[in-house]
Amino acid sequence: MEYVVNHMINRVLKKGKWKNGLVEAALLLPSLLVCIPILILITGSVMGRGELAVYLRPVLGEAEGYITWKLMPDYPTFANYKRLLLETPQFFVLFWNSMGMVTAILLGQLAVGIPAAWAFAAYEFPFRRWILTLYIVLMLLPFQVTMLSSYLVLDGMGIMNTQKAIVLPAIFSTFPVFVCYGGFSQIPKEMLDAARIDGAGEWLIFMKFALPLGKGGILSAMVLGFLEYWNLMEQPLAFLEDKALWPLSLYLPEITWAQAGYAFAASVITLVPAVFVFLMGQDYLERGIVYAGLKG
Amino acid sequence: MMGRKRAWIFFLFPSFAGVLLFVVCPFADVVRRSFLTAITGTFVGLQNYRMIFGNTAFRTAVKNTFLFTGFSIPLLVALGLAVSLALSRVKRVRLIKSLYLFPMAMPTAAIAIVWKMLFYKQGFVNKYLLRLAAAGNPDTVAAPIDYLGTGAAFFLLCATYIWKNLGYTIVLWLAGIMGINGEMLEAAKVDGAGNMQRLFYVLLPNLKGSMYTIVVLSFLNSFKIYREAYLVAGAYPHESIYMLQHLFNNWFVNLDLDKMAAAAVVCGIVFLAGTLLLWRAWDDREV
Repeated sequence: MEYVVNHMINRVLKKGKWKNGLVEAALLLPSLLVCIPILILITGSVMGRGELAVYLRPVLGEAEGYITWKLMPDYPTFANYKRLLLETPQFFVLFWNSMGMVTAILLGQLAVGIPAAWAFAAYEFPFRRWILTLYIVLMLLPFQVTMLSSYLVLDGMGIMNTQKAIVLPAIFSTFPVFVCYGGFSQIPKEMLDAARIDGAGEWLIFMKFALPLGKGGILSAMVLGFLEYWNLMEQPLAFLEDKALWPLSLYLPEITWAQAGYAFAASVITLVPAVFVFLMGQDYLERGIVYAGLKG
Repeated sequence: MMGRKRAWIFFLFPSFAGVLLFVVCPFADVVRRSFLTAITGTFVGLQNYRMIFGNTAFRTAVKNTFLFTGFSIPLLVALGLAVSLALSRVKRVRLIKSLYLFPMAMPTAAIAIVWKMLFYKQGFVNKYLLRLAAAGNPDTVAAPIDYLGTGAAFFLLCATYIWKNLGYTIVLWLAGIMGINGEMLEAAKVDGAGNMQRLFYVLLPNLKGSMYTIVVLSFLNSFKIYREAYLVAGAYPHESIYMLQHLFNNWFVNLDLDKMAAAAVVCGIVFLAGTLLLWRAWDDREV
């Protein structure tokens, strides 16, 4: 459907073929800005220590002039990866910290957010509109505004400086509720009524209709959630003192220029899961963005 | 067996209970605390509020946050629209869209080191810009800009924000453009409307709804720019990018809980008012 409409607009708007190519080129050029950071990261990660030290001398304060760089290292080496993966146990701990927290948050959001989204999408109930508005407002409140209130409750529960302090509040984020709600609201109500007439209970309808038909919204919430929580910084910075509990996203900045090789390899490894999820879930990502913007 | 009338309670309860427990009730407590002193807990009326409004750091942070959102969100929205309109004319939409979306997936921590290399005083951007300037006019001797330690940090942060968020803006604009009836555009063309007329009289009025969505989501994401700011410039960056996020964090570290409480209430009220205003405007489109 999208394709057909797109095609129609193309037909309507299109003037000449050559002009098309020109527009395409003009659009591609800035988007290439995306590739430059990745290219620098990858080349840096396979550069030897000595070579990096030479290129980065101005930043290290050892020389005048500017940074230099080579897109193809003189002596490509996997030494950085080897040292990071085999000789830095701390890196592994933080990698699995990140993985563990993201998984726990996403599973929790599934368990709590999907049913809530279904309640908003499939039922009429008193104060529905008020509660929905409350959820929207909470979705828009930045972390900093609720930082103190989160701290008070986490401190009261005695879970400050544990990973629960990151996972539990995130589970009750209202953002995934909206994205799932967007998916559920596409299910025709008549279908549910027909199932009810056939004697299906509400739980059965949720399991047999809501979950399979709302799969798009659910997956969208998961893709957006992964990218968000893999990049988590504000919460662990405020609520985790013990560095052994930190996620990967806070480890990287701790590396100094002198160990730039490490930093590049660690950055590439941090990037990989996010890129994987992005490539696998791009359609869901786009759908999720649109769902998040739907009005309740 | 649950009945149709009560099923919603069962579905909504876990989420709603969590929201009450983790956000609503503690926030009510914060409102209460904003009228007390942090240590002794005695009632001091509006003193905390007077204190933050008299606080230079708070004023700077509010000003910078307003400047940042006021400058970068309109730019992001307009740029997104321009790219989307151009994209709706070309064939390789998917590939180009992916490229624009990709920065969203890049963890801030992973690109922080590249940003430092690019925007350091002795970094690549200065290097090539100066080379370009020298090639254009050999007589001038331009000095390298310290992008992180001067007012240029503000524009660098805006650029980073746009780089990171342009993708989803494009997705939303495109979704809006796709939703417009092709026949309407065709009809306008038959009636002799030019490109610009079609843009202003057919496309844009129909995209009003998309715009509200985009503004709200851009606003939501604008606060996350703190990650980049913090990773590249630390907890006390150049004054031009010292924003509310830095301030809250530093107050938290210093345990200035009374100031935090008052500031959280003020910000909460401003956001609530802003959301409700947008919400009203959002509603209008359906009338």
